[in-house]
Amino acid sequence: MSVTDDAPQAPRAERKPDRRHVRDVALPRWMWVPAVIAFLVIALPVLGLLLEADWARMPELLTSEAALAALRLSLETAAASTVLCIVLGGPLAAVLARGRMPGLRTLRSVVLLPLVLPPVVGGLALLYLVGARGLVGEALRLGFGITIPFTTAAVIIAQTFVAMPFLVVSLEGALRTAGERYEAVAATLGASPALTFRRVTVPLVLPGLMSGTVLAFARCLGEFGATITFAGNLQGTTQTLPLLVYVQRETDDAGAIALSLLLVVVAILVIAVARPRNTEGIR
Amino acid sequence: MKFRVLLGLLAGLALLLAGCGGSSGASDAGGSSAAARPTTLTVLAAASLTETFNTMKAQFETDNPGVTVRISYGGSSDLASQIVNGAPVDVFAAASDATMKTVTDKSLTAAPPTIFATNVLQIATQPGNPKGIASFADLAKPDLKVVVCAPQVPCGAAEQKIETATGVTLTPVSQETDVKSVLGKVSSGNADAGLVYVTDVTAAEGSVQGVTFPEAQQAVTNYPIAVIENAPQAELAQKWVDMVNGEFGRKTLNAAGFGAEK
Repeated sequence: MSVTDDAPQAPRAERKPDRRHVRDVALPRWMWVPAVIAFLVIALPVLGLLLEADWARMPELLTSEAALAALRLSLETAAASTVLCIVLGGPLAAVLARGRMPGLRTLRSVVLLPLVLPPVVGGLALLYLVGARGLVGEALRLGFGITIPFTTAAVIIAQTFVAMPFLVVSLEGALRTAGERYEAVAATLGASPALTFRRVTVPLVLPGLMSGTVLAFARCLGEFGATITFAGNLQGTTQTLPLLVYVQRETDDAGAIALSLLLVVVAILVIAVARPRNTEGIR
Repeated sequence: MKFRVLLGLLAGLALLLAGCGGSSGASDAGGSSAAARPTTLTVLAAASLTETFNTMKAQFETDNPGVTVRISYGGSSDLASQIVNGAPVDVFAAASDATMKTVTDKSLTAAPPTIFATNVLQIATQPGNPKGIASFADLAKPDLKVVVCAPQVPCGAAEQKIETATGVTLTPVSQETDVKSVLGKVSSGNADAGLVYVTDVTAAEGSVQGVTFPEAQQAVTNYPIAVIENAPQAELAQKWVDMVNGEFGRKTLNAAGFGAEK
């Protein structure tokens, strides 16, 4: 953290007056109407869940074996997938932002695909690549005796697939906004590329990286379509919270609502933890 | 700057999505107002009835010129909750007594439901049955990847009933949320065997092989049908129910592998 504090003072000082300037511009009044509607579209359904909840049975519903197993699996897989997104998506974002080669634009469009594709389609695609008869799946099975579908690894792969663009897009944006001036200066002062990366680049894009990480983690927690098509649904192995909510809803609305509220609480916690740095990153 | 372009892109995307929502809503509204002149019969039916009801729809529209049958297929409990929440529906055909009961409990049927078909579970294996699965007990072999329905959905409830009756406990690799997903996991080669309805094996047309087992008779699934209370097309609705219960319906259902009520 100390690195963040002492290294790049300049960009921060630059940003502040900019922000104040934005505040001085008055909003047109009509804008309040769609803004309030937009807020209600997001907030009211959650209120609906709260009103429908069976509060007396809540503790019992939330501490069932299946609920605890799903919560644990959700947090573990989302954490693992987010780490994968950072480790693999971070360098990808750097290549997209700084790379100088033809075809980068096409590459970027491909990276955005999971944002636009329905997750179920992603799950099917994974199933036909890594499944028993898929190109990679068959090689893994014949070569190493490994099968991926129906395992926790499949859940992590599905989540990484859908969440990766969130991290890449946030980080690439941060890298582009930061520009290359400070790195260039560091280099002229004799810093090695590794030192420049660690002391200049990383602190500069840290807000973007944080917001990307939070978005990716949140996307992993909510992942349903790709998981159910690719990984299956089994308590303790592949049944994450959204899958349990979906199955529970068939027979027990109260149980499904309780679990949904649990997901809402987890989501609020994620936003609360990430908020200060997150908003900074978005500006 | 580039980041702003990206934000703009995202905003554009949001507008696009909103546009999609709006236009689909509009076309829906257009559909129902246009449908007001030619008569439309709305049927909600369990997903396992897709093939048979599509055949009956064609026959019904030939027999009743000017009538369009609109069938919405889905999971029985989803359909039941649509009716309970006030969807304008003429006929409901469910894949279990329990889901029909959620509708009759609220007195939402015009007359008591009738059972028009039955279905039993069958083991679906890879074509040629390479693992040599011959009985329900074979499914408990440790080296097999078996997929079943989740106990919360009708096909899973039936499977649990058979486990209880036989004393054979399965350790599935996945409990899918609907029967077609079980079928998909087997036909795509990812599972060695799955428990599906006999009609699903028929509909799969050779992409899986069915293995009948006697214990399936312990958990026969009933398919009840009923005209919904205050149906917009009550008369036509009754005609549809009569057709499903009648000779043509019987023949179509038999061909798909459905049984008749005993």
